[in-house]
This record gives sequence, C-alpha cells and structure tokens, in this order.
Amino acid sequence: MSTQKQSLSSIGRKVLMALTGFFLMVFLLQHMSINMLSVINADVFNEVSHFMGTNALVQFVLQPVLIFSVFFHFVWGMVLEYQNNQARSIKYAKYSGHANATWMSRNMIISGLAVLAFLVVHFYDFWIPEINTKYIEGDMTGLHPGSNEFRYHEELVDKFANQPIRVILYVIAFFMLSLHLMHGFQSAFQSVGFNHSKYTPIIKKMGNIFAIAVPLGFVFVALYHFIYHPH
Amino acid sequence: MKLNLKVWRQQGPQEKGRMVDYQIDGISEHMSFLEMMDVLNQKLIGSGEEPIAFDHDCREGICGSCSMFINGEAHGPVKGTTTCQLHMRSFKDGDTIYIEPFRANAFPVIKDLVIDRSAFDRIQHSGGYISVNTSGNTQDANATPIAKEHADLAMDAATCIGCGACVATCKNSSAMLFVGAKISQYALLPQGQVEAKDRAQNMVAQMDAEGFGNCTNTGACEVECPKGISLTNIARMNREFLGGSLTK
Amino acid sequence: MSTLDGKTPAGPIKDKWTSYKDKVNLVNPANKRNIDVIVVGTGLAGGSAAATLAEQGYNVKAFCYQDSPRRAHSIAAQGGINAAKNYQGDGDSIYRLFYDTVKGGDYRSREANVHRLAEVSTNIIDQCVAQGVPFARDYGGLLDNRSFGGVLVSRTFYAKGQTGQQLLLGAYSAMNRQIARGKIQMFNRHEMLDIVVIDGKARGIIARNLVTGEIERHSAHAVVLGTGGYGNVFYLSTNAMGSNVTAGWKAHKRGAYFANPCYTQIHPTCIPRSGDYQSKLTLMSESLRNDGRIWVPAKKEDAQAIRDGQLKPTEIKEEDRDYYLERRYPAFGNLVPRDVASRAAKERCDEGYGVNATGEAVYLDFAAAIIRYGKEQATIKGENDASEARIKELGKEIVKAKYGNLFDMYKQIAADNPYETPMMIYPAVHYTMGGIWVDYNLMTTIPGCYAIGEANFSDHGANRLGASALMQGLADGYFVLPYTIGDYLSSDIRTGKISTDSNEFEEAEKNVRERIEKLVSNKGTQSVDYYHRKLGNIMWNKCGMARTEKGLKEAIQEITELRNDFWKNVSVPGGANELNQELEKAGRVADFLELGELFAKDALDRNESCGGHFREEYVEKSGEQQGEALRDDKNFAYVAAWEYTGVPSEAKLHKEQLEFNDIELKQRSYK
Repeated sequence: MSTQKQSLSSIGRKVLMALTGFFLMVFLLQHMSINMLSVINADVFNEVSHFMGTNALVQFVLQPVLIFSVFFHFVWGMVLEYQNNQARSIKYAKYSGHANATWMSRNMIISGLAVLAFLVVHFYDFWIPEINTKYIEGDMTGLHPGSNEFRYHEELVDKFANQPIRVILYVIAFFMLSLHLMHGFQSAFQSVGFNHSKYTPIIKKMGNIFAIAVPLGFVFVALYHFIYHPH
Repeated sequence: MKLNLKVWRQQGPQEKGRMVDYQIDGISEHMSFLEMMDVLNQKLIGSGEEPIAFDHDCREGICGSCSMFINGEAHGPVKGTTTCQLHMRSFKDGDTIYIEPFRANAFPVIKDLVIDRSAFDRIQHSGGYISVNTSGNTQDANATPIAKEHADLAMDAATCIGCGACVATCKNSSAMLFVGAKISQYALLPQGQVEAKDRAQNMVAQMDAEGFGNCTNTGACEVECPKGISLTNIARMNREFLGGSLTK
Repeated sequence: MSTLDGKTPAGPIKDKWTSYKDKVNLVNPANKRNIDVIVVGTGLAGGSAAATLAEQGYNVKAFCYQDSPRRAHSIAAQGGINAAKNYQGDGDSIYRLFYDTVKGGDYRSREANVHRLAEVSTNIIDQCVAQGVPFARDYGGLLDNRSFGGVLVSRTFYAKGQTGQQLLLGAYSAMNRQIARGKIQMFNRHEMLDIVVIDGKARGIIARNLVTGEIERHSAHAVVLGTGGYGNVFYLSTNAMGSNVTAGWKAHKRGAYFANPCYTQIHPTCIPRSGDYQSKLTLMSESLRNDGRIWVPAKKEDAQAIRDGQLKPTEIKEEDRDYYLERRYPAFGNLVPRDVASRAAKERCDEGYGVNATGEAVYLDFAAAIIRYGKEQATIKGENDASEARIKELGKEIVKAKYGNLFDMYKQIAADNPYETPMMIYPAVHYTMGGIWVDYNLMTTIPGCYAIGEANFSDHGANRLGASALMQGLADGYFVLPYTIGDYLSSDIRTGKISTDSNEFEEAEKNVRERIEKLVSNKGTQSVDYYHRKLGNIMWNKCGMARTEKGLKEAIQEITELRNDFWKNVSVPGGANELNQELEKAGRVADFLELGELFAKDALDRNESCGGHFREEYVEKSGEQQGEALRDDKNFAYVAAWEYTGVPSEAKLHKEQLEFNDIELKQRSYK
C-alpha cells in the first residue's frame, strides 16, 4: 500500500471542527461562570473581569485562539454544509430525516447561524466597545473615566436593565445554542474517535446537562439583571 | 391491498428522470416489497410498457443488491431490514408509497431505481484487504488466538453488505459507516493490524476522492443500516486515521 | 456410447495429489505475464481463482453479472465450511472427511477428487484466517466448530450465520488487492453469452455489457467457469434471482459435456411457500437441526385442525407428536443428510400430516433445546431451584446467541416468533450436484475451458453434505485450479496474444446478436416470468423430490412444447442497447428451457435411486430399510456425461465409470 497525504481529509475536517468545538465549549463554561459572579458579588466580578481583560496570556494567546476557533468553526461549518449539500445534487422527493436522526443533529447549520447572528450583536454590544476602550483609546485601567470604580459590572447591568428586546433576543440565542450543544458535545467526542460502550452513554448524558445548564446560566444572568437592577 | 405508488423513472444515466404515479391492486400483505414490484412490472409488461428496473438478487437480505429509498427511508420503514426482506404487512390499504433510488452524486442512477455503487468497490481496492498470498502455507489458523471480544466485534463490522443505505440515508451522503466498518474489521484482528495505518489513510483518501459528503455524526446511518453496523466503527476509523496522520 | 477418462493420477489415494503437484508442468513467472485467463463468475470458486491466478502473475479478466463481485450468491451460504482440522479432538481426519463426503454423496462422486478436497480443506481455514475472515471463536480465542448433518464429528467452521458472506468477502478482498495491482481487470454487470472455441481450444468469450447492451469480445488462453448451479430451472429455489445456467449451457453447446444434471439437492429447512406470487424461497441454515426437533402431528385430525387454524402447535401434547426423523433414523435422528430429511418431510406431507395452510410444511421445534440449555445454564450459575420461566429465559439466551440472526430472519419473513412457537419448514431446491463434466484437472471436454465450484460436477456425487459447498468452491479456486491450469498453459507460452478478429469470434458474436435481436423483436403476448413459472412447475412436479418414468417422459414432452411456445409467444419489452432486465431474464430462461429437458432425460436414464435423485420405482421393498432409496451399483456406478447434439433430449451419453478402491460401497444407513 502506498501512503498518500491529504491536505485536509474529510476526517481531518471533522476533527478540526471537534477540536475548535471543544475549545469553544470550555470558553462558554468559563464565560458563563464569570457572568454568574455578577449576580453573586459585583466586586469579585469586577476583579475577575479586569484580570481577564488585561492579562497578557488571556489577551494575546487565548483570545487569538478563541477568535481563530470561532472563525474556523463557523466558516468550516458553512463550507462543510455547502459541500455536503453538493454531494447529493438531485434531492429526494420524500425524505424522512426525523425517522433516524434528531432535529438537532440535522440542523446544526440553523442553530449555528442563529448563534452567529447573536454573536454579531454581542460583539457590537461588548467586545467592540471593549477593544475600542482598551486598545484604541488606550485606557487599560478598567475604571470609569475619572473614577476609582471598575466599570465592568455596571456596563453589564446596563445592557439588560430596561432592555426587554435584548433580553428576549438573548434568550432565543441561548436556546439555539442549547440545541447546537445537544448534538455538538457528544459529536465532538465521536469525531476525535472516542466511542466506548461504557463511557459514551455517560458522555451523552453529560452533553445534555452541559447543553442545558450552560445556556441556562447565561439566560439566568440576563434575566436577573433585567429584573433586579439598582436603577 | 390497494396502493398508490410514486416511482422514479429515468431512462438512462444522461436522461432526466421524474416521479411517475402507478395504482396497484390485489396486493397480499404476505408479499415481499419486491414481489409487489414484480406484480407491478408484470402489469406494465402486459400493457406494453417497460417494466421498472431495480437491482435485486438474493432476496434474502444478504447480497446487498436491493437499494430502494421507500417513503423517505433507505430500505423502507422497518429497521434492520433490506428492501427484499420488507413485507407488505408494513403498509396499509390505500397507502401512498414513494419509491426512489438511493441518491448521492457518488451513486449515479443508471436506470430507474438502478444505481452505480462502484465507488464502494474502488474504496475497497485502495486498501480493503490484507496483503497475504494464497499459498496454503500460512500459519495454522489456531496459531494466533484472538480474544473472542475482538473477533466478535470484527464480525459485527464485517457483516456490512455494502448496500449503500448509509450513504443514501445520510443527509450529507457520507460513506463513513461503510468505510469505518471495513477499516474496523481489519484493525480489530492481529492479521490486519500490520497494514492498519496505511489502510485507513488510503481508504479515506479514496472515499474523499469519490465525492461522498462529510460525516456530521447525525447517526442516521446506524439507524437505517440493515445490518446494524455501529457508529463505534466510525470512531475507530477516526482513531486509526488520526494515529496514521500523526505518525506518518 | 463411449467411456470417459477422468485422468486421475496413479498411485495410492493419499499420495495422488502430492505426487501430481510434484510432477505437474509449471509456467515460469516471466511467461505468466504473457498469458491471459478469463474467469466467469466471482463467487467463492471464481473469486478465489481469479485472485490466486492474478497473484501468480497471469493476466486475469473477471466477469460477473452483479454490480460487484461481492454480491455473488455464495454470499447467502449461512451455516459453515468443513475442514478436517480436528481441533475438537473428536476423531476427525482427512480420511474421515473424505469418507463422509463420498458416503454422503451416495457413492457417485470421483474418489480422487474428493480426497484432494479433504486434503486441502485444512489449508482453506488457514488461508481465510490470514485474510481476516472473522470466524467464530471460543473464550480461549481459538476457533469454534459446530456439527452438521450427515456426520458424527464437529468440523464445521462458521462466522455467525453468515459464513458464506465472510468467505466471499475474503475472496473479494484478495481480488481487490489484485485489481489494485492491475492484475485483475474486473468487468461488473457483464454476462457471458458464448464461449469461443478456436482450433478445438477455448480462447475467449462473448459478453454483454448489461448497462449499455454492448456485445464485447474477450480473448484469453484459457476460460474458467465459476458460474454456480442451475437450481433456478425450478423457478422457485433458494438461489439468487439472477443465478443461471447460461454460461455452462453455452459451453455445453460448444462441446463441454454436462454431467449428472438430475442430481439436485432439495434442502430440508426452508421457509414454506406462502402464495402464488412467491418469487424465491429462503433457506434457514441446516445448523438449526443441531438443536431443533422436527415433527408433525401424529394424528391426521390434529394436522387438519392446524391447517384450518383451529389448533396451535404448542397445544399438541408430546405423545401426539410424531418426531418422524428420530423415529425412523434413531442413530442420526434430526441430523440425517439433506436428501433423507427432505424426502421424509415430503412423505409425511403427502400422507396428509403437513401443517401450514398449503399442507406443505413440518415443524422445527426448539422448545426442548431451550429447556435443555436453560437447565445447563441454571447449573452453571448455581441457580439450582430456578423456576421454569427462569430456565426458559436462560435457555432462550443461549438459543439466541447461537441462532439469533436466523430466528430474526424467520420472524421477518413468516411474521411468527420461533422462540415461542415452532418454526415451519419445507424442502426447497438448493444446490445442484450435477454440472459440467471435468477431469481431475477440472478441465471440461473443451481443452482450455475449466469449470470450478458448483458449476462442475465432481465432488458431491448425488448428494452434498452441509458446509461442503463453500469448502469445494474455495478448494477449487485457491488450491486446485491454480496448479492444474498451469499444466495446460505451460504449452501456451509461445502462443502470444489471442486475436479477437478471427472467424470464430465473428461467428460467436453474430449468433449472440441474432438471438438477442430475436428476443427483443418477438412481439409475443406472454412475459418471461410466465414461462419460467411454467417450467418450474413441470420441474417441481415431475423432476423434483420423487420421480417416475411416466412423469419424466411427460416432462420432456411438456418442456419441449413450452420451449417452442416461448420462442413464438414471449414478449420482451425494451431494446437491446440499454439496461434491460427482461432481456437478461429471457436469455436465461431460454437456456433453462433446454437444460430442463436434458435434466429430465438424465433422470429417466438413471434407473436407480441415489442421493438427490429418487425414483419411486427403485426403493427397498422389504426389510428394515423398507421405503429407503435403492441404489444400483452394478449398473449405475458411473457419471453420465451428456454431449450436445442439437436437441437436449437427444444428447449423447458418455460414461465415466466410477471406481471405489478405498471405500467399500454400502447402502447409506442412518438408522
């Protein structure tokens, strides 16, 4: 047998989708945990936020990896969807996809695009102003201008307080994320070759817990600040 | 039983096809699906029309020839069954039944419901074997004990009949269950492990070259596979492939 | 009438094959590159032959009518493959396998061929394991065996109920390796429609590309037919829908003698027919007889009540059941050979004890086995006071592990649960022991044309033992033909490429084209299936499990008339230059309509009962064996090889006298 090297084989692609997916899931978990702090204690939240926002490792190593992962995961997800669609140019007159696979697994592109749409809004809301403040205006203090107080908690609360439309969008987006994770979590394990009669059922259960708990955490924070805001 | 059939008719590989309606009456519930097709064809021949071409041979569910997409599912609504082993008792009087060929660009239609699955053969040519000559002087069959667990798993993978239902049913037209099963069978046996890394690389490369889609782990293939080939075989293929990619 | 020479080598039977191999002419590797071999059929015999010949260096062109070589009907064999490995230490040996096969074949096979088969049987298992065939293993990791009908040892290797599939995939994988190397050129969806004979030697074939309808010429230095059996002459059989006699029949018409066409195996454990629309019959592995007990009601009124749907089999008391095989054959019981088991079932059903609506079925009951295994398991697990329900549960688990897929298959087809109620079975046409006559080299009477596997006649005599077909196919393809063909080809090393422009190719192609043209332009009124069914009816009723002189004479007459009617009134829709499945069928049925006549002629000529050939006139009239088949070794210990003369029933008989030097001819007694 001769060895041929593929630039990126079909398995290579799915493994990269899985690895970026894993990274994004870890990111989601830590993001949600930090958000949760905003409910528990505003000072701690500010401290942690400031650390994440100014730590070199986070900012210049993890953040680029995150950006790459997000970018890669979305772009490849769409490329793959397109390719997969092209692999059957004449469609079935009748196709009963529900008979053999979950809605979530068949519609990752829909849940994924919904999450992407949300991300655009989210970047506009948080990330762009943040980058602007820190790297364009050069204000690395994390303080309210002319004050000794951290701005992070207040900024967060302001986004949800008296903002029913944003909160509704937020809830919808995390519902879609939940659907995405329902399939994505266990699928990532399968893609990297982990399938075991003993552990896979556990992974599937953990996946469902993760897919519900993490988005629910985000939603909880949003609703909390929507309802209990100091103003 | 009286049925309304909607059947894909296509004169040749280059021709355009379309769904054609047929009514059929007097079908017994004990008939197999293909016997129902036989009855329809006899009727068509009797009225001077060309019968519907479809692949079939053993009619025992083992040769893998039959390949119809029935009511939106590969081999029809009953799980763990090929079309030839599907019986009309799975349908009701007055039902409308869609009958289409297995569809994927890698499986072009030859005529009506007959498709070209030679892509599967070419994938096997690229590594679906153990390189051993026929000498009659290979070591004694019992010289290398094989754990029953591994032998049984290899057998489970090897039961694949190469029908293509996995491809037909996959929303991405991916062939990974088929390829995964073959790679797994050999990877699980000591005789096959010698060439395991190259085999995974070569077979996956050929699979990609044939134009099958990418796997997104929906699991539909496993559900529709008439022989119940497990998704674990795809995971094993991924491992074998990654192992080869990282070390070669 | 002339006599035929089987070319069996001299010497003691144990040494024949070894000394033959030592002295046979070989072709040197450089010359093999200049020699082409055509292999038609890619089942166990054809597939293994193609792979091995290519491995040796010949240029192989392989043909199959299926869309992939992996789909040849060998794939459907369930039970297993015999080999004299004696892994179980139960006294098996090459001699015993040889003896069992000759005896099982009712002393109508060629001794030397059978011994060779038994010798190479052990190599087959080694070879297949090396190829990655996942045979069943025990917990120690070693190969497991089961026992099969007609023998007293466990020598059958198996891979669940899919042994044929696994062995075929093994041969197919070996082919794939050679296809990848370019040594096999594979022609899928191609059907051989004639063999081309030049200067008395087989030099090529005419094949039709079934996708485009194109008629192609292919030349070679030798042609190998591994085209299987002709059981579909009965219309309903366990063969695949496409299984046919065409390749063999064309060779017959070009000079290959056809041997013992009447030897047909009717397999005892098939799922009974359910209606007139039935297109084929499904076999349940004979291995079921290891644990299943076969019975019918002992009282006719019970049988009638069951047929009328008023009584269930489970309601019949033990003493009202007739376990007729155990009653008639106490030594072998339910494990008597296939022909004996089949005839016994027919006898009971003919007497009015048959059970399903058609009256053509007997029970195969696992209740006793479930209890037996259950008790065994309860003891192993230390559950000494297990309830009956628990015992049944444990027993079912074992039965499921052994036969689960067969039970599932039965459930699917018959819509009945065999764990709870007995299965119904009935005999069906399964295998044809007869076939193209070949000598010890497996060469037919056309020099350069070989026949292997079920397509030839040589190893099974008048009846084949279970798990021996797979053994013979692979023995011929992997281990016998690759040697013997070299002997012939060694004289062909200077011949050079065979041209396809000769008159012989021209003539053969013209014949093929004319026949196809005739079929598609014949605007008749009846479909091909109509004729096939009619032929099947004649064959089953008059040339089936029990034959009479009167019936066979009528069969010849009726088949001739049916054939004439076919050529007048058959209707084949569609054209010649496209995928046309009706045209494919028409060609095959046309050949069956000729073969059927020769079949009946052969059966008529053989005034004895042996193996799968049972003439009602020739039975033991009295004594302990009353009613059993009566062989006539004095007058019929020969192979009937028929030469085509233009009309099938006027074929010329050539006899190959069978000599038994190592086995004493006895009445087969399984009592």
